Amino acid sequence: MAGLSKIILQRLLLGIATLFAVSIIIFIAVNALPGDFAQSILGQGATPEAVAAIRDQLGLNASPVTRYLKWLGGALQGDLGVPMSQALFQSFAGASTGGDVITVFDQIVPRLKNTLFLAGVSAAIAVPLAVTLGILTALYRNTAFDKAMNVTTLSAISSPEFFLAYVLILFLAVLNPVFPSLSNIFPGMEFSDRLNKTMLPALTLTLAVTAQMMRMTRAAIINLLASPYIEMARLKGLSPMRVIVKHALPNALAPIITVIALNLAYLVTGVVVVEVVFVYPGIGQLFVDSVKIRDIPVVQACCLIFAAVYILLNLTADILSIVSNPRLRHPK
Amino acid sequence: MSDLLLKIRDLKIEGRSDETWNPIINGIDVDLKKGEVLGMIGESGAGKSTVGLASMGYTRDGVRISNGSVVFDGVDLVTASAAVKRDLLGKRIAYVAQSAAASFNPAHKLIDQHSEGPVQHGVSSRTDSEQDGMELYRRLRLPNPDEIGFRYPHQVSGGQLQRAMTAMAMACRPDLIIFDEPTTALDVTTQIEVLASIRDIVEQFDTAAIYITHDLAVVAQMADKIKVLLKGDEVEEADTRTMLSSPKEEYTKSLWAVRSFERPAKPAINVKATPVVSIHNVTAAYGTVDVLHDVSFDIHAGRTVAVVGESGSGKSTTARCITGLLPPRIGHIEFDGQQLPLDYKKRDKSQLRQAQMIYQMADTALNPRKSIGETIGRPVEFYMGLTGKEKRKRVDELLAEIELEPTEYFHRLPSELSGGQKQRIGIARALAAEPKFIICDEVTSALDQLVAEGILRLLAKLQDELGLSYMFITHDLATVRSIADEVVVMKDGSVVEQGPKLDMFQPPHHPYTDLLLSSVPEMDPDWLTNLLQERGVDNIGDAAVDKM
Amino acid sequence: MNALIWIIGGLIAMLGAAWVFRLGAQKATNNKPYFRDLPLGVAFGYVFAAVALTFSVWYFFQPRAVEGVPQAGVIFFRWAVIGILGFAAASWVFRTVFRTIGTEGSKKLFRSMPLTAAFGIMMIIIYAFVSIFAGLIAPYGQEEILGAANVVAGGDPALGGDPEFPLGTDQIGRDILSRLIYGAQNTVGIAFVTTCLAFLLGGTLGFLAAVLGGWLDQLLSRMVDALMAIPSLIFSLLLMTIATAWAGSEAWLVTIYMIFIIAVIDSTRVFRLSRAVGQSIVVMDYIEAAKLRGEGLGYLIFREILPNALAPLLAEFGLRFCFVFLTIASLSFLGVGIQPPKADWGTMVRDLSQFINFASFAPNVAVTPLLAAGAIALLTVAVNFVVDWMLHKSSGLKE
Repeated sequence: MAGLSKIILQRLLLGIATLFAVSIIIFIAVNALPGDFAQSILGQGATPEAVAAIRDQLGLNASPVTRYLKWLGGALQGDLGVPMSQALFQSFAGASTGGDVITVFDQIVPRLKNTLFLAGVSAAIAVPLAVTLGILTALYRNTAFDKAMNVTTLSAISSPEFFLAYVLILFLAVLNPVFPSLSNIFPGMEFSDRLNKTMLPALTLTLAVTAQMMRMTRAAIINLLASPYIEMARLKGLSPMRVIVKHALPNALAPIITVIALNLAYLVTGVVVVEVVFVYPGIGQLFVDSVKIRDIPVVQACCLIFAAVYILLNLTADILSIVSNPRLRHPK
Repeated sequence: MSDLLLKIRDLKIEGRSDETWNPIINGIDVDLKKGEVLGMIGESGAGKSTVGLASMGYTRDGVRISNGSVVFDGVDLVTASAAVKRDLLGKRIAYVAQSAAASFNPAHKLIDQHSEGPVQHGVSSRTDSEQDGMELYRRLRLPNPDEIGFRYPHQVSGGQLQRAMTAMAMACRPDLIIFDEPTTALDVTTQIEVLASIRDIVEQFDTAAIYITHDLAVVAQMADKIKVLLKGDEVEEADTRTMLSSPKEEYTKSLWAVRSFERPAKPAINVKATPVVSIHNVTAAYGTVDVLHDVSFDIHAGRTVAVVGESGSGKSTTARCITGLLPPRIGHIEFDGQQLPLDYKKRDKSQLRQAQMIYQMADTALNPRKSIGETIGRPVEFYMGLTGKEKRKRVDELLAEIELEPTEYFHRLPSELSGGQKQRIGIARALAAEPKFIICDEVTSALDQLVAEGILRLLAKLQDELGLSYMFITHDLATVRSIADEVVVMKDGSVVEQGPKLDMFQPPHHPYTDLLLSSVPEMDPDWLTNLLQERGVDNIGDAAVDKM
Repeated sequence: MNALIWIIGGLIAMLGAAWVFRLGAQKATNNKPYFRDLPLGVAFGYVFAAVALTFSVWYFFQPRAVEGVPQAGVIFFRWAVIGILGFAAASWVFRTVFRTIGTEGSKKLFRSMPLTAAFGIMMIIIYAFVSIFAGLIAPYGQEEILGAANVVAGGDPALGGDPEFPLGTDQIGRDILSRLIYGAQNTVGIAFVTTCLAFLLGGTLGFLAAVLGGWLDQLLSRMVDALMAIPSLIFSLLLMTIATAWAGSEAWLVTIYMIFIIAVIDSTRVFRLSRAVGQSIVVMDYIEAAKLRGEGLGYLIFREILPNALAPLLAEFGLRFCFVFLTIASLSFLGVGIQPPKADWGTMVRDLSQFINFASFAPNVAVTPLLAAGAIALLTVAVNFVVDWMLHKSSGLKE
């Protein structure tokens, strides 16, 4: 077992190192903004005082290394800075009065919760559906059912999320008003109401992710069913159910877990477009809006959060597939 | 006849490729009595395994039984329902696969997989079948029979796994076991103990068996009668002794004749002559682990040195040191008395040209995207500077040299050639450099016996014509006997013994050489019995190696 | 709740029908092995398919309007069915034609080709044609404002259409058909250039890493690992923010920056693949033979490795193209991609999206945003079908 925990520890350290590298990349990217970006935000007509105030507010006078360490240190403690819009407001209103300043952190947290709710609902539908369909298509491969599923899933994967979103809006919101096409979520609403309003974006994500997940599950199972020990199990006269449950499933776990984690990581990207289509108040929407107004602290923070979630999911996939590998669990 | 256990009549099997069904087996009959062992032999593509599986009523994906009947104890497995077949499989008919390492489920312990059959078929309880499993492990002479079952497959060695799989097949005491090349993937010294165990246990329980293999000597030890297959047709069938002593068909005779090819011995080496290649005290390492220890031997002009040993003995690593792919840590290589740079990147064109290599797997040795003409033409152009018509003329000469029709093969791709033809192209590519010395790395081990024989004869002919020197790496002592002049025996990265072939095949030898030599199955059906009597059952295989 | 009961009831009824169907078939065929061993689930599948097919046919023939009110559901369903059947028929004809003309090799290729792949190839040819000759095909210019705004698609004056503009006009009176055609040129062309760039960069570095190994391989691989740890759409959005700041008011500069940004981000995936493919080829004996012959790096890469890597790289090119194409479309949809007034499909979807709410009473109006989105989907579906077929072929018919 010592070997196993050592491998897992290595992966964890690697994950942290990667996150660190990513934070540097993001920081460098943001600092590649042209010229004095306090000036560029305020425009040419800004007074030197206003520019100075903004520079001070954003800590732009320090050296890049200091700024990076400060940003990273803050980020680790949950302090992601102040949104540009707030900074602007304060610089016009005079000295920062403190008190009711809305920080990036305040802005992000409720939206992150909303996004996680959306992703959770999608995953709750997509994962069981995809795994079931994946196993079924693998068992009945090369039948009409398999071929139809192949064409359908390929089409779903190939379509941009906004196409799927509008098709769903067309059929489930406009033609048959089952779900609302706008997701005006607000704090304190009832769970069922919230679920109802989240349904269309969740279904869109489900469509996109299920297709991919199902194909990967199918490939993993087919690969597995071709292995000699499955043939051996059949030749021992075991029932098809037992062959699947006892012989295929324990070995299929690792690839299936990897598939699920990878696709949940994919949700992170897909969520951006879907939130925009449905005006869903999540972090993706915030990110896109901030990108448009170039609110750097928010963009930076969102990027870091997206990357962290993405790395975390990939890391989970990695570790789970190590743990479920009997060769590593029972070393020689 | 009522004592017939398995009766196959006019079995035809088809396989699907490119959306059409093509015949694989064209009507085969099998009769097997209780307790009888049928040996089924044939070259690759003969359909042995397909027939073996079909006699269990099973076909792989993309294969179907198109005609005939497989009657096991009164039940036709071709038409029987899945439930009826499931009831028979594992309980009354069992299967032992070629690769035990791949056929055991990596997720479960051996004993769990062993007792699964009996429990699921309702033959015995879990504890009983576990006890029985340990007893079987003991009878199969597995080390630590009471504990080995609680290991996972990857924690057990190949030869032991193969015996554990035989035990698993025995778990329900079936009436029939199909052995599908169970020892092909094993080294000779390991093979022998698996053979002995299988034969004993089949005799003890009076189990009928179909033993599938491509190795005649193996089947001679195991079978009561032998059936020879060729491309999906039966060639002939007879009891083992008749088949070995007086085969009727030409094809069978040719299979038997392969073993008789042997080159006449050459006169002794002139000790004063400078060897073509001389390996001096080579020690080499992968990373920090030494894999070769102080290896030295010479290869003289026009001679063949066979380097023999089992997997992991350092044969191929020695070749990598000579070619410069793995620069030795200590020692050096001389060519015609000149010391060669250790790293191939530092050698000049003429040094590289003089030593060529022929590979084991012709499939990976030829670039699949290059035509035969391009493959052979490249060294002609690269080393000799020939282009255009001259190059074409030279390539044609080389193709004629390896006995392939130039106009027919020049534009073909490797995928359009058979295994033996590909190997010949590999030889031609080496010859194109006009070398003095060629390393042949297991060049015949991936080929069927008849084809391998052709390659050996070709190499011998080329040596006589061109005065080439060969370093011939092989694990097969029959090949050594037929082509070598000198023999180097290696074990665990060291040279155990070396000398002229005639001396090596005469006693006294080094004990390891002795073990290797005596472990090679012979065509005599009593060979295994005699050997076991000679050595004693506890002194074969791994046990014998470990005692060294 | 009611709907749920109906669904569950329907499923149970179908399960019962499946059981009856199997029993009947067993009796009728005198217990043929196929029906004897037929699992109930498969029988259920047959029944389910039959029910779905019957319902579709019934729904297809429902009246398109009841008492003057258009039945939008029926109309959309008919469009979808006719569209799918039409494409299938066209690809069948396309495949049949190419089975009889062309070289021996191409005929053989088309003979073993599934309909989906034929559809893919046909669509790729059509898209390539349209994007190359957009200027000749399009009836109007892409930036041309033609007066009448919000003309309805379909060309039927009674519904607010105009035969001059078969697909109608947008909010500021530009011809949608022309913009769709130019969109092909802009969106597809830019995606193609970007993919080529990504392959040039990622492929070269990947092969170098595979052949040379050592510190270069380590350095490049670690860099790629770090870059790939950021989700690519997020990363491109971040970089696009910076790019737009650099570009200022120059819209075309944004497009150029976007090409480079996406090419670099995507080249990481290409790097991974070509490195893996390269490594699997480098260990082959024929590479060793070439090395021992004394061949140089250039010969090794271009004459020995590349020809063997072409098939997987080509398949990857298809997949990468789809991915790049979708990324660009998404960026444009989000408003940071290809900049107006150039026509592109992502932007068109965003601009026209609110028309979808008119679907229930004016189906012709609602179809325009879907046309642009569908144009994107159709091409990526086509490419994916071809790639799927290529991968299936190269996997050696294992399944």
